[in-house]
Amino acid sequence: MTRDIAVVAFAQSDTLRSTEELSEVEMLMPVLHGVLAQTGLKTADIGFTCSGSCDYLAGRAFSFTLALDGVGAWPPISESHVETDGAWALYEAWTKLLSGDADTALVYSYGKSSPGSLRDVLTRQLDPYYLAPLWPDSVALAALQAQALIDAGDTDERELAQIGARSRSTDNPRAQLKGPVPHGDYLVRPLRTGDCPPIGDGAAAVVLAAGERARDLCERPAWIRGIDHRIEAHSLGVRDLTDSPSARLAAEKAGAFERPVDTAELHAPFTSQEVVLRKALRLDDSTTVNPSGGALAANPMMAAGLARIGEAAARIHRGESDRALAHATSGPCLQQNLVAVLEGDPR
Amino acid sequence: MVDVLKAPLVVEFPFTRSLGPVQSAFLTGLRERVVLGVRTRDGRTLVPPVEYDPVTAEEIRDLVHVGVTGTVTTWAWNPAPRRGQPLGTPFAWVLVKLDNADTALLHALDAPGPDAVHTGMRVRIRWAEDRVGAITDIACFEPHDGDESHVRVHTGEFDDPVGGIVAEARLDYTYSPGRAQTAYIKALETERRAVGERCPSCRKVYVPPRGACPTCGVATAEQVEVGPRGTVTTFCIVNIKAKNLDIEVPYVYAHIALDGADLALHGRIGGIPYDQVRMGLRVEPVWTEGGRYPDHYRPTGEPDAEYDTYKELL
Repeated sequence: MTRDIAVVAFAQSDTLRSTEELSEVEMLMPVLHGVLAQTGLKTADIGFTCSGSCDYLAGRAFSFTLALDGVGAWPPISESHVETDGAWALYEAWTKLLSGDADTALVYSYGKSSPGSLRDVLTRQLDPYYLAPLWPDSVALAALQAQALIDAGDTDERELAQIGARSRSTDNPRAQLKGPVPHGDYLVRPLRTGDCPPIGDGAAAVVLAAGERARDLCERPAWIRGIDHRIEAHSLGVRDLTDSPSARLAAEKAGAFERPVDTAELHAPFTSQEVVLRKALRLDDSTTVNPSGGALAANPMMAAGLARIGEAAARIHRGESDRALAHATSGPCLQQNLVAVLEGDPR
Repeated sequence: MVDVLKAPLVVEFPFTRSLGPVQSAFLTGLRERVVLGVRTRDGRTLVPPVEYDPVTAEEIRDLVHVGVTGTVTTWAWNPAPRRGQPLGTPFAWVLVKLDNADTALLHALDAPGPDAVHTGMRVRIRWAEDRVGAITDIACFEPHDGDESHVRVHTGEFDDPVGGIVAEARLDYTYSPGRAQTAYIKALETERRAVGERCPSCRKVYVPPRGACPTCGVATAEQVEVGPRGTVTTFCIVNIKAKNLDIEVPYVYAHIALDGADLALHGRIGGIPYDQVRMGLRVEPVWTEGGRYPDHYRPTGEPDAEYDTYKELL
């Protein structure tokens, strides 16, 4: 069975350096209510619910179960969870809708980085035999990739600074960091503070709907024309860090190369990663990249990838885009990549 | 807005991990100052070695000896080392392709400053003094301007091979329970009152409150005092003495529906022989001097509650 499935609503929280006054469900609930209000749906109307989050951020096992209070999981609902960015939860929800098991889906994700030390927390996702005992933090690994790009002549520090400045010139009211931000000192050379994402707490949510249901719920649905995700070897030493073959393959399978896109929302937490992705995804200056500011303006862990899909969809909803590419990543140095292609009805 | 509670939360666990034949040989080799790679069928040598070819997924086990010297393929200068990292002084992270290997190993390079590091520079392993069969047996790399090290065939067989590693994983957090649970804990601690929250939609009162109604999925905010008395809705008899818990066994642990609450909470029942506790028993909290929460609940002496009054709360 082939069904057209669309993103019909998107909401996100402000991304803040700390939300310690709120529990995760307290942070999440306004976003859930916001996204449902856009469609007029209630939680009880939703056919499938899927979320993304990570226990290592919270420091507690099965932390996502507490967030379920925010979606009204009693009486029992059809629900699932992924232990990664919500973009992958959206992928699962998309397959659920494709199968015909549901007509609507609520996808949400959230992450609070403030309770822990994010750079240290993320080391625990690394290979436990060869990498994790060395505690190489996320900025260090991205810096190795950045140096490889500079050595290859793909970029230089001046261009990286421009990527940071362009990203933060966004008017996105939800962004954590915007306006002029100094390129700053080296955090791990060659990456300066301005090349790195802010650390923040936040949440995002989208509603998906199939076929006519999507048209009922949204004036201009953002139809998902294709979506695919691919992964590469974990070990950095076997990969060409200047390229992202997994992102390219996901884009190809999602149909991104069939026609040009006018907008690309890239989940590139480091300026250098935008260089890699632009090349892998064959984006030139005719595409508007990260009008939302991307992850350099706000990088709520586990929600930033879903927010890229949401931001791309919202531009289609508003009539600012007709065909958009949305990308999400996970793992060290762009190990895993998800690409979705979204389109609005012809005008 | 209440001033939210905060407390340190340390999550620490020594993961004991087994090694397969390839990783065991590699890490045992490090203990013996030998670096082993694994050869793929198409002739590439992977260091650090893996059990499956990352391209073909074929199982690979042919071990080969590679050099203890190598070439930096990329690097990053780390001016502020973090806890657990290989060196306590500023150092470079490096990917090093050891001589005779086709892939690169991540580690630290001890160098005086970033100007002393470049891609393509020659480095050699500095071994840790005490080696146990772990990646940290390589203390770090150091600059090297000598010859390539001699490389020879190695069987990968050692006396007393390492079978596993203990991966320490400590993370430090500052835990905050959020607005609703902070309000609950503070009222309990300072006024010995149990305060729940009422759902604006279904009107149920949740205690302890978490700020959301799990049935309606809406925020709860209206505070409602519940208890102090309550009804045992169900219970169990604990016969195993818990570590660091100074309570004689057997004892009774129960779900207690405080008066006015629509959700039962947990508590220990005391002041009555364990085999006389029953569903419907009316209880009240017993506080100890300086306690921040009730130590246990004891019978009030009232007649038992009718089943119909608490059956929805089981």
